[in-house]
Amino acid sequence: MADYETPKLLADVPVVVVPNIKPGAMSHSSPYVAKPDHNIPLGFPGELVENWQEAAIAKMGDILQKYRSIQVYLDSCVKCGACTDKCHYFLGTADPKNMPVARQDLLRKVYRRYYTFAGKYFPKLVGATDLTKEVLDDWYSYYHQCSECRRCSVYCPYGIDTAEISMAAREILDSIGYGQKYCNEIIAKVHKIGNNLGLPGPALEATLEDLEDDIKTDTGVDVKLPVDQEGADILLITPSADFFAEPHIDGLIGYAKVFHAAGLSWTLSSYASEAANFSMFIGSYDNMKRQAERIRKAALELGVKRIMVGECGHAWRAAYSFWNTLAGVGHGAADDDKYARMLQKQLDPRFPVPQHICESTYDLIQQGAIKLDKSANDHRRVTFHDSCNVARASRMGDMPGGQFIIPREVIKAACNNFFDMAPETIHEGTFCCGGGGGLLTDDLMEVRVKGALPRMQALKYVVDEHKVDTLAAICAICKTQFAKVLPYYDFPMHMILSVHQLVGDAVILGSND
Amino acid sequence: MSFLTVTYAVLFYAATAILIGGLAYKISVYARTPAPLKIPTTPAPTTTSGVVMRMGREVIFFESLFKSSKWTWLFGWMFHISLALVLIRHLRYFTEPVWFWVSWLQPFGKYAGFFMVLGLLGLWSRRVLVDRVRYISAPSDHLILALLVGIGITGLSMKFVAHTDIVSLKAFVLGLMYFDWQPLPADFNLLLHLLLVAVLMIIFPVSKLLHAPGVFFSPTRNQVDNPRETRHLAPWAAPLDSSSAE
Repeated sequence: MADYETPKLLADVPVVVVPNIKPGAMSHSSPYVAKPDHNIPLGFPGELVENWQEAAIAKMGDILQKYRSIQVYLDSCVKCGACTDKCHYFLGTADPKNMPVARQDLLRKVYRRYYTFAGKYFPKLVGATDLTKEVLDDWYSYYHQCSECRRCSVYCPYGIDTAEISMAAREILDSIGYGQKYCNEIIAKVHKIGNNLGLPGPALEATLEDLEDDIKTDTGVDVKLPVDQEGADILLITPSADFFAEPHIDGLIGYAKVFHAAGLSWTLSSYASEAANFSMFIGSYDNMKRQAERIRKAALELGVKRIMVGECGHAWRAAYSFWNTLAGVGHGAADDDKYARMLQKQLDPRFPVPQHICESTYDLIQQGAIKLDKSANDHRRVTFHDSCNVARASRMGDMPGGQFIIPREVIKAACNNFFDMAPETIHEGTFCCGGGGGLLTDDLMEVRVKGALPRMQALKYVVDEHKVDTLAAICAICKTQFAKVLPYYDFPMHMILSVHQLVGDAVILGSND
Repeated sequence: MSFLTVTYAVLFYAATAILIGGLAYKISVYARTPAPLKIPTTPAPTTTSGVVMRMGREVIFFESLFKSSKWTWLFGWMFHISLALVLIRHLRYFTEPVWFWVSWLQPFGKYAGFFMVLGLLGLWSRRVLVDRVRYISAPSDHLILALLVGIGITGLSMKFVAHTDIVSLKAFVLGLMYFDWQPLPADFNLLLHLLLVAVLMIIFPVSKLLHAPGVFFSPTRNQVDNPRETRHLAPWAAPLDSSSAE
């Protein structure tokens, strides 16, 4: 790993300056390769197969037939350049292969060579190339410098989504045994144990009991964190980071306090103890379905009426956008869809399934079912980071854009001092934390630090302008990433916290015990 | 019938067949390929009529491009709108009598040619001057611009510099349409203009010009945001359910 310097933040501007391109600036960056132990449980070859070239090209053909997005996106790009200055990794590294169109072209030039008339007969003219080992290694390097945040897709005139391309490329890489260790190791843990941390049921129970004691010590109230409670109304699926460390765990305490204050019946599941679905990052439909089906199974066994999801960005995308498709966790199945009907008939039709914890808390606040004392957060000056998968790949509430309104309304109900970052850096234009999409691993630290630059620049602006000292987020990856990279930019590590920590600190606990 | 007329007649029949056949094939591929997951870029409309509006804004006003790059939007939009007017204007060579609204748009179409070329030159200059856009440009990206500029300039020169025999040209075009071939005026500008147009028609289905049908099939733009309300399932994914159902 080359030595690198943390980019410098500018004074008095919320957005970074677009750099001149520096070819090859990040070509040395690539994550640890998955080993057979990580690959085989996911149904992938243990290591790089001998006929990898042939197999990769065949897999590409298979994906082209299964995914309209890939077929259309590989054909439609006109190289207009609109996306070239939109990726946080490009802005932070200046490597031109981190421009969305150039990242896509790594795959597109091979697609053209093997699957289009122009590329077969006039490769030089249209920039088509053979799939060589060099190209394959470029794929491995640069498709692991994409956090699948979809910022480019907002700005593309055809909606071309590099996240889809990166997922397809990783799916091809996995199919030839050339996958990434970080993601595949974690997915294997979920298949075996049920969560990313590999935390077994008894350890989870012990953790939750400790938390109950902590809350009791802090507040004097018996707030429960139930697990595997059959007949509970709500099944809460949350990222396992919430069971593990600061600042996540204070968010979990916040959920528990809200449920307690509102008198709701809820439970966690030790079998489905993970909201994250890293299989999405590697574009594996099969593994994504296998992970999602744990939620379906837990919901059926516990007999719950509602399914709720804790603070996690890509998990909310997987839950909101995909769970219904993957595992029938949602409403509106066809009459002859026995698989989905099985769970659906058990669910309360008055509530969306799945429901985001912020949607629920927002509703409870609106209904007056919980009361918040804003002054409890008067020592904080808060800004909010829109997590990319929540902002650009999902929704909250009934109307488009509810994902921007609801978390902010929840924050504003819990504290008096709230300041948004600059408009071009939030909502659908939000900048990724730099650690999403399966990049939250120490072997990718350089790209994580540099990729955080645009967000850090926007943060610095509100820190300078409004003396903001707290960065609230609703994503486990964002929280972990920020805790790690904030100090690189001379911000205190502890300024990142969960939205539900703010809520938890402000909520007035009733006597529902 | 002169060799020239026969050559151009055959060329245009072939170009038309390739354009229509090629596009029909590509569109059928796009239409047949399922989109297994709900992936609209959000915030997205929650109704079908909302999606029609979103697509309309995208196709008519280039909404997303406007958000991303004002220069590219300006040149790109100028080019496409002008091209649309120019194409409408050309309908007068294919219709007899000429439709009233085509006549009405003539004066606009006449000058749109200048804006079309101007827009193209603007786009081309970005491709050369902006290092990021230069990096992503393949030879074909420059050649397509050259082709379109060539079509524009030869067309404009016939209108504003050296008039061609419009009456004979129209007779030739109508003759092609009704399979009653008429002689093509042997005017250099016209022959070059028509040749470049035929080349454009031929490369259309095998080039990035596929963005024209492609945009309508883009799942991030054409999907309704309702995954919690309706179960969305691709035909190839449906059997996976039964194999794992308890």
